[in-house]
Amino acid sequence: MIKVDGISKQFGKVKAVDAISFEVQEQENLILLGTSGCGKTTTLKMINRLIEPTAGNIYINNKNIFEQQPEVLRRSIGYVLQNNGLFPHYTVAENIAIVPQLLKWDKKKTESRTAELMEKLHLDKSYLHVYTGELSGGQQQRIGLARALISDPPVLLMDEPFGSLDNVTRSNIHKEFKALDELKRKTIIMVTHDVQEAFELGDRICLMDKGKIVQSGTPAELLFNPVNEFVKGFLKDQRLQLEFKAVKLHDLWELLPQLLKKTEGRSLSSVIDIWTALESFKFSGEESISIINHEGDQKQVSFEQLMAAFYQYKNKQGHE
Amino acid sequence: MNEHQQTLFEFMGQQADKLAVQTLQHIGLTFISLFIAVLIGLPLGIFITRKVKLSGPVLGIAGILQTIPSIALLGFMIPVLGIGAKPAIVALLLYALLPIIRNTYTGITGVDASVKEAAVAMGMNKWQVLFKVELPLAMPVILAGIRTATVINVGVATLASYIAAGGLGEFIFGGISLNNTNMILAGAIPAALLAIIFDFLLSRLQKLNFKKISKGTYAMPVLLMLLSSFYFIPSAYGGKLTAGFTPEFMGRQDGNLGLESKYGLKIHTIVISDAVMYKAAFEKQLDVISGYSTDGRLKAYDLVVLDDDKGIFPPYYAAPIVREESLKKFPDLEKALNLLSGKINDSVMTELNYRTDYLHQSPERVAKDFLEAHKLYKPSREGSAGIIRIGSKIFGEQYILANMYSMLIKGYTNYDVATKTGLGGTKICFDALTNDQIDFYPEYTGTGLLAILQASPKTVTEVTKSKDSTYNYVQREFEKRYQVKWLKPIGFNNAYALMMRRQQAKSFNIKTISNLKRYLNSK
Ligand SMILES: Nc1ncnc2c1ncn2[C@@H]1O[C@H](COP(=O)(O)OP(=O)(O)OP(=O)(O)O)[C@@H](O)[C@H]1O
Ligand SMILES: [Mg+2]
Repeated sequence: MIKVDGISKQFGKVKAVDAISFEVQEQENLILLGTSGCGKTTTLKMINRLIEPTAGNIYINNKNIFEQQPEVLRRSIGYVLQNNGLFPHYTVAENIAIVPQLLKWDKKKTESRTAELMEKLHLDKSYLHVYTGELSGGQQQRIGLARALISDPPVLLMDEPFGSLDNVTRSNIHKEFKALDELKRKTIIMVTHDVQEAFELGDRICLMDKGKIVQSGTPAELLFNPVNEFVKGFLKDQRLQLEFKAVKLHDLWELLPQLLKKTEGRSLSSVIDIWTALESFKFSGEESISIINHEGDQKQVSFEQLMAAFYQYKNKQGHE
Repeated sequence: MNEHQQTLFEFMGQQADKLAVQTLQHIGLTFISLFIAVLIGLPLGIFITRKVKLSGPVLGIAGILQTIPSIALLGFMIPVLGIGAKPAIVALLLYALLPIIRNTYTGITGVDASVKEAAVAMGMNKWQVLFKVELPLAMPVILAGIRTATVINVGVATLASYIAAGGLGEFIFGGISLNNTNMILAGAIPAALLAIIFDFLLSRLQKLNFKKISKGTYAMPVLLMLLSSFYFIPSAYGGKLTAGFTPEFMGRQDGNLGLESKYGLKIHTIVISDAVMYKAAFEKQLDVISGYSTDGRLKAYDLVVLDDDKGIFPPYYAAPIVREESLKKFPDLEKALNLLSGKINDSVMTELNYRTDYLHQSPERVAKDFLEAHKLYKPSREGSAGIIRIGSKIFGEQYILANMYSMLIKGYTNYDVATKTGLGGTKICFDALTNDQIDFYPEYTGTGLLAILQASPKTVTEVTKSKDSTYNYVQREFEKRYQVKWLKPIGFNNAYALMMRRQQAKSFNIKTISNLKRYLNSK
């Protein structure tokens, strides 16, 4: 879907981005992760030509983006800015309607689409005619998201969309984000310097340092097969939590004990990660939880059994 | 106090027509120039946000334009654009440029970079970014610039009267020349009110919310055009010859009023400053001007004086006038000043003026040459027995006289000298004298009689019959009323005179003011 091929950007003497290549599949969520100044924003901006690269090529749907008119290209790519960039002289409704206006949509269509998005993003209709300066940071970010999503572009670029939020709000938004059907259909490249966020939201992660990609892969690959000390060090601080988030229940399926009898009541899907499973122990207060995989097989595990399976899995990964 | 206000209102009532015309002209001048300044300044301001390298030079040049003194700027304009509305508008527009360019530039560069980036990222082209994002967000700052420019223009537009472009300056500067407080106020108060009103209105516009402003922006040009058009309403008259009279001359019994009443002269007249009048006559912008009979430019521009055959211009013999207190305080002063009495006649004075006004020799040098030629010059004694403060009005002849007096005092007495030259018109000079800001300055008998004493028409006709009776009358009255003494006359008579280009006067066979009237009346 998106193919970035040996792209570089030089600002004077600074090599902000140095011959980077990666590919993003359709409907995949790729995370550009790295410390401040490593070139994440620059990479992202080259994809919608806010910054012209010094070398390299980028293809979207096999079309070279540098052969397209930049304005037209940008109208087909949703972009969420690092610090939202809402228009202070526009109301919420007008902010959301910027792209439809450029695309000359009729008023009815814009209004109904706006209403739809407002509802999906849990924004009250009463905000429509309010200027954006009067809204909270979280609300502003949702409007920034709505503005990017309004024309339902197939590609979405997001630059630290949840950067300015406190942890509680952020993890709530993460949940909403994952639940949003609008986003499931999209090819997303998202920039963050927050490891947790990357692990929670990303299908794949490109870990960057000094303008280069150090390693790219699924969260589990980065965790269990780091290519070097840098990757290991980068993930060290929250390692355990990350591991819980990176490993899904179906990864452990073989290692979990066989179910003796079928249970009544709710079962957890095996696509959830271990972190979520552990949380459900806490909330339900039960001795054991029941899990169901995509083939309909069920298993019943206790906390101890789950942890034992997890450590076995980890050992196996490390030795591969 | 009450009586004073009464007379101001009376004056305004009497002159309501003129006041209305001048006010409309003033508004017109202000807004035509503002309109053009916006047309130039706004795009230029936008342009330098795109070519940042040019922003330094452009803002620098606009800044330098602003520091040129207004009168000098108006003066520069005349050779290129003549007199009247054109140079005035150009000068005003140059003053208005800086605030408009600067605020457009700062306004646009001040727009939040991430907002601009968002606009680009969503697929706006550069014009859409400009009109939908940059200009609306910069608008309050741009309006603040326009507001500053407006207030500057209302002020500078008063000077337009110097080059015959009309406006409230006619009253203000006429009033200063004529020592007529009501006239000054009749011009100054409306001018101040205009500044306050426009400032207030624009401040309201600035505070309107973003949306309304963008609609307001469309209304602005229309409003500006409307206000600008005021300027063109009154100027619908013409004539065979055009006269340029100073504001002072316009309001005087021994000036335009006398020309109308005694000669019945009706001529298309514009008001203009003395500083540019002669040149304008020379360049055929004007045909008849109200000059001074000893003015050096008479010689320089080959103008002839029309004979005042009905004797409406009273004698204007020059003599130093001194505070009596100063004479007591500095006993040697009178003798030193009288050294010059009877030494300079009309043609000598014209020659001296010619050297300063046209050959641009310094008044100091001209004064010294003259004193040396007449064996009056003595080197300074470097005395320190007291400081004598000499005043002078703001034209060449007075500078020369002030320099001569300065040299004489330093050479013949033990006093030192401080000169306060360039004290505007008669009113400013005379007020400085009575308020003990200066000790003496050269004054003219006619000015003393008419502008300072404001003698009744009856007295004037009576006293102006001869040069001596005029002198005696002002001497007596000044002593009585102001404790100011007229010393002996210097000799020349710098009276008002009507003048024309020699060539033109000859071809129409005009030698006297009566000839002029006859020519104008002939169809
Ligand atoms: N317009 C520019 N001109 C010069 N240097 C730039 C410019 N933009 C970015 N840089 C430099 O390029 C490097 C990468 O910048 P970039 O904004 O891509 O970092 P980032 O990874 O997004 O960092 P952060 O997490 O702080 O947003 C930095 O060293 C930065 O100083
Ligand atoms: Mg960044």
